[in-house]
Amino acid sequence: MRLTCPNCGARDLREFTYQGAALNRPEGDWGESWDAYVHLRDNPAGPSQEYWYHGLGCAAFLRVERDTRTHDILLVALASGGAA
Amino acid sequence: MRFSGLRVLKEGLTGNKGWGPHWRDPAPKPAYDIVIIGGGGHGLATAFYLAKEHGLRNVAVLEKGYLGGGNVGRNTTIVRANYYLPGNSEFYSHSLKLWEGLEQELNYNVMHSQRGVLNLFHSDGQRDAFVRRGNAMINQGDDAELLDREGVRKHLPYLDFDQARFPIYGGLLHWRGGTARHDAVAWGYARGASERGVDLIQNCEVTGIDIENGHVTGVQTSRGAIRARKVAIVTAGRSGQVAAMAGIRLPIESHILQAFVTEGLKPVIDNVVSFGMGHFYISQSDKGGLVFGGDLDFYPSYAQRGNLPTQEHVMEAAMTLMPMIGKARVLRSWGGIMDMTPDGSPIIDRSDIGGLYLDCGWCYGGFKAVPGSGFALAHLLATDRPHDSAAKLRLNRFRDGVGLMDEEGTGAQHNLH
Amino acid sequence: MRLSSGGLIDRTQPIGFQFDGHDYAGFQGDTLASALLANGVRTVARSFKYHRPRGIFSAGSEEPNALVTLGTGAQTEPNVRATTQELFAGLQARAQNCWPSVDWDVMQVNDLLADFLGAGFYYKTFMWPKKAWEAVYEPLIRRAAGIGKLSGADDPDLNEKAFAHCDLLVIGAGPTGLMAALVAAEAGADVILCDEDATLGGRLNAEVEEIGGQSARDWAAATLARLSDMANVRIMTRTTVTGVYDQGTFGALERVCRHLPPGRGKRPVDCFWRIVAKQAVLAAGAIERPVAFRNNDRPGVMLAGAVRSYVNRYAVSPGRAVTVFGNNDNAHRTARDLLAAGVHVAALVDAREGAKTDLAVPFYPGAVVERVFGANGVEAVSIRTAKGRERLHSDCVAVSGGWNPSVHLTCHLNGRPVWDAGLAAFLPAPGAVPNLIPAGAAAGVFSTAGCLASGAEAAGKALLALGLNAANTTIPQAEDGTYDITPLWQVPGRGRAWLDLHNDVTVKDVRGAAVENFRSVEHMKRYTTQGMAPDQGKTSNMGALAVLADVTGREVPQTGTTTYRPPFVPVPIAALGAGGRGMGFAPRRLTTSHDVSLSMNAPMIEAGLWYRSSYFPRQGEATWRQSCDREVAMVRNAVGICDVSTLGKIDIQGADAARFLDFVYTNTFSTLKPGRVRYGLMLREDGFVMDDGTTARLGPQHYVMTTTTAAAGLVMMHLEFVAQVLKPDWDVRLISVTEQWAQVAVAGPKSRALLQDLLGQDLSNDVFPVMACGPVTLAGVEGRLFRISFSGELAYEIAMPARYGESLFRLLVARAEALGGGAYGLEALNILRLEKGLLTHAELDGRTTAQDLGLERMMAPGKDFIGKAAASRPGLVAEDRARLIALKPVGPVKQITAGAFLFEQDAEPVRTNAQGHVTSAGFSPTLGHTIGLAFLQNGADRVGERVHMVDHLRQITTLCEVCEPVFFDPEGGRTRG
Repeated sequence: MRLTCPNCGARDLREFTYQGAALNRPEGDWGESWDAYVHLRDNPAGPSQEYWYHGLGCAAFLRVERDTRTHDILLVALASGGAA
Repeated sequence: MRFSGLRVLKEGLTGNKGWGPHWRDPAPKPAYDIVIIGGGGHGLATAFYLAKEHGLRNVAVLEKGYLGGGNVGRNTTIVRANYYLPGNSEFYSHSLKLWEGLEQELNYNVMHSQRGVLNLFHSDGQRDAFVRRGNAMINQGDDAELLDREGVRKHLPYLDFDQARFPIYGGLLHWRGGTARHDAVAWGYARGASERGVDLIQNCEVTGIDIENGHVTGVQTSRGAIRARKVAIVTAGRSGQVAAMAGIRLPIESHILQAFVTEGLKPVIDNVVSFGMGHFYISQSDKGGLVFGGDLDFYPSYAQRGNLPTQEHVMEAAMTLMPMIGKARVLRSWGGIMDMTPDGSPIIDRSDIGGLYLDCGWCYGGFKAVPGSGFALAHLLATDRPHDSAAKLRLNRFRDGVGLMDEEGTGAQHNLH
Repeated sequence: MRLSSGGLIDRTQPIGFQFDGHDYAGFQGDTLASALLANGVRTVARSFKYHRPRGIFSAGSEEPNALVTLGTGAQTEPNVRATTQELFAGLQARAQNCWPSVDWDVMQVNDLLADFLGAGFYYKTFMWPKKAWEAVYEPLIRRAAGIGKLSGADDPDLNEKAFAHCDLLVIGAGPTGLMAALVAAEAGADVILCDEDATLGGRLNAEVEEIGGQSARDWAAATLARLSDMANVRIMTRTTVTGVYDQGTFGALERVCRHLPPGRGKRPVDCFWRIVAKQAVLAAGAIERPVAFRNNDRPGVMLAGAVRSYVNRYAVSPGRAVTVFGNNDNAHRTARDLLAAGVHVAALVDAREGAKTDLAVPFYPGAVVERVFGANGVEAVSIRTAKGRERLHSDCVAVSGGWNPSVHLTCHLNGRPVWDAGLAAFLPAPGAVPNLIPAGAAAGVFSTAGCLASGAEAAGKALLALGLNAANTTIPQAEDGTYDITPLWQVPGRGRAWLDLHNDVTVKDVRGAAVENFRSVEHMKRYTTQGMAPDQGKTSNMGALAVLADVTGREVPQTGTTTYRPPFVPVPIAALGAGGRGMGFAPRRLTTSHDVSLSMNAPMIEAGLWYRSSYFPRQGEATWRQSCDREVAMVRNAVGICDVSTLGKIDIQGADAARFLDFVYTNTFSTLKPGRVRYGLMLREDGFVMDDGTTARLGPQHYVMTTTTAAAGLVMMHLEFVAQVLKPDWDVRLISVTEQWAQVAVAGPKSRALLQDLLGQDLSNDVFPVMACGPVTLAGVEGRLFRISFSGELAYEIAMPARYGESLFRLLVARAEALGGGAYGLEALNILRLEKGLLTHAELDGRTTAQDLGLERMMAPGKDFIGKAAASRPGLVAEDRARLIALKPVGPVKQITAGAFLFEQDAEPVRTNAQGHVTSAGFSPTLGHTIGLAFLQNGADRVGERVHMVDHLRQITTLCEVCEPVFFDPEGGRTRG
């Protein structure tokens, strides 16, 4: 698998680590929204919103849309929202 | 038909004309007491024990593809009971006991072979963790033996004791661990369930789960609607998709685990060996292939295939641990879809919907759990009370934090277990 | 039998070799298979189950039979395909899976028992008595199974891995691949052209035909020459593309010097390539398939195309009287080429009604070869025609059931091939692999002219996608014959007809499997082992599928498809694992004091990827314990020096740095004053402890965090996550400076004296109290000093840029030794922290809460922090959770061992009674007895109680007293001293 890092260009899978589903962190006390954030997953068979870390590259966290059936990469952006 | 050596002899002498189907191919009935979604190892075992232990025969197993086509048909066949946290300990211990009489119980040779599982450790800290594990196993009534470096050398003289990047300090040996012929387990349970009256329905994909007033009433399938009083989702690898049909969001993420087999070789590796520092484990099948694997690919996937970085890492671990296998050739690689839970341990429980049961989250340990899971889920379905061996495999342990079974201590990140 | 002329062999270069102890000779250009055939060797192997004699069946990597062992000793190479192994001088090959010899094998008795050994027989027996499976049956089966044998010695050969990148990867260098490469290269694309063979050309080397007015081989050679001259083309011979992975990544195995004698010097035997290609053309050709008939496994039965390969390329005739049997036009070429080579064609049998030929051979249209005779090889054939049976003398059957396009690579991303009824074969599914274009025979184009055009067209498509303009490459004239086929998979009749030659799967087995309801193709394969052998069913899966379709009354496409997983050919573990041997497995991280420590005879131990000194032995010390005890005493009484550079160091800066730390730590760092250090506790979002460590505030917007050695990478990643994902608007920047700073602990009552003297500055409590930090200058170099302690003593850590690390360590050790102290290692460090109840990852094992550790007061109220919500879950705050305590032995047994469990004194030591476990233990020279840290249910309330510690594995039971987890100086006066 290869991901195109907005900072570094197309790089091999071995430079990246998957960092979990891209979810929004809730606020406040423990409850259903927290359980959903920490544990529950849509786990889609299809396009999936995920975070990846370019640890052996520029250290950017990436927000990636990837098809879990085909491993097609549909979108890569900096998770911070900043431009490359 | 009862299988035996005599039967094989008799059939051989009379032209092998007497063999019949291993299982029937019934058309689905309009209604069952219990419908099990998923004809993999766990689903088939559940059906078998429902019929055998509880006399419940008005049961259907619905399988999207062919029986035994899920992870029971693509794993590295290891059977062991070497867990150390309460919940896992008693469950896998019970499962191993069922394995130990499985051939006779099923009248089917699943080739369960207690060749010994040896986990190597490579530091004082790892040793302490393995000592804890071994003591927990003995606390549970299972077997464990602590080997020092020389003890390991006696069993596995072919390891690289001299140049390894992570020297071998010793190992934890679990003699009652071993391997089995994976497909035969599915087929043996299928045959046993079918003989006892369970309907095994292949090429029958569940497309919907019918729920009325918070209670399940049946399923929609590619072969029509089927009513049921109770429905069990036993579709590890696809748990999320099936549960979603009932509006349930599970604490599961599906990950790829690759495995490999070499060309056939004369016996060279007797035990199951796992490398504590390299995510590598290996055994040799009765056919002669070296069967081995490593860690997850570490990204969610339903593709049933992995990528090169993990493959290469596994092979590099093989070379640093046992350089004598360098000239063995990898014949085939494949990927299984693992139901990864936040604590790396499984779920056998009721759901919040009446009559809907879950058996999922087997991570990469589902094969050895087949008998135990089938037994416990059958008990839960039949009695509505969890079996003692599986009482801690609760769905809600994540929500309330009670009785988490995080054997690896990596926390709620699904990909790290 | 070697023909007197022709072939691509070099008759001026004879090569001697051995097979099964006999000396033979071949020529440069031979494969082991062609050389064996030239020498009249027919039986080269035994089958897996029935041990029937087997001969060479194919001329390529699809070979199911001719697997041999090469070499001796540690160089022993099992399961080598004789059909792809190039001959070299002194090659030694042996037959496998037979005893005493391949010609007379004791185990062939199995063949007589075949009626009892049908598919799946072992699932039905060997179950009684219960113990016999493991004691008797399984060992027998294991011994009988397997094929080749590993030497058992460490693999002595070198291997290599490499990366390559290109615009276009062309897989296969037959007419299609050569044409595709030429068109793409002339348009300026960066091209990699891979072929399994040593000689490019594919089938062109095995056929007699013309391209562009010259012989096809000459055209291939000329095209190769043109490509070789182009700087943008990389030609990789002996390179098999083994797998397709995501986003244009391919695996390829290059056999670098397997064609050379052993003692190849420093060159690797194999190189495993990862090739990244923007576009690819699959020009992998097609693989011929046989027809199953009675005893079709006998030596002498061979694929018709392979017979042409041997005759035309190697100038070898596999027989003296050859029967050609086929169901398609292609088979006729074999008869033609045999005639041209002067070999007697006993018969040309064409299963198609109304087939015609101009060849001067005995011709049998609408007929089949029903069986062959001969126990050890083909001696005669029985031909069944509409009129009856005819028995002919013949020693070779060249069989063609048609061709299967090599769709294998198109299946690797889960593409399912599509049935083509006209070709009676599966074709690649359209778009099965993004940016991979199947062409030529791999796409079902079976004429040479068609292949050339298809190759050019595929290259054109690839160029378009690459944004390059095709040059005007001309496509030469070539043979444009037809390929007419009438499907024929098996010849019905009595006896056994083989499908999977290697695994001994017969038509009967497939039929039997179907009767037993293994009707799904996957069930059939698994039950019969069809296609599971080293050849992965390349020549047999299609036939088995068709037979299954037939016996279950279905059409082929309704029955299933053939699919393939990587690798296309088996890949040695040594090649995929190249570089992993010994120290190569993982990088070694060395501290700057590594060499000095070695010179002080310190044993080094692994700490993650790092190496750390275990202890520093002095004269007269015979065991590690003696050194460790002395080092502990040294720190308690004088001063010790320990390199702690392996702890993670993260530099954190920015206007929001303080806020950021408040968010990632449970306790507060915004209130920390510059020049001060604070101990911090970090949770995961699920509420369990992730790591601990000290963080120093160097300036208003500048902190430096230390992490544990083990969690350094994890914490760095976590902080980046928080900064980039959770708080992208905060002004904070992070960088790991672990390797930029050498950091050394100076611990013990004399540490202040040492450092004051060394640094020439006042370090008294007034100036530099506990948890102070600040810049220092040593020998003109600016560094940092922290007053922190992991030993319970007055202690400092001094950090200098890493390039001064070695001298810093030397200097500190020399100063310490002058004060009656010296260096100490990890063993002593561990005892010192145990005496103080300080934590490591033995306690922070990922399952503990702050409360478990007695650190609940560090959870600051009134602010949000990572893990705060989840830490409040009922299960994490339950009163009966195990809490950290310490243990000391109070009975006659004095041992405390990590990993042991704790029980009430009168309780049976079983799981349901277990109340906790020991995390760390060691002998405290300060206290004079063993101590341990442990987690115990309600432990905090049980100080003073007695419990049993049970270590079943080591058979130790120790009566222990529960203690507060601080044995030494609980008031902390020494640290503050």
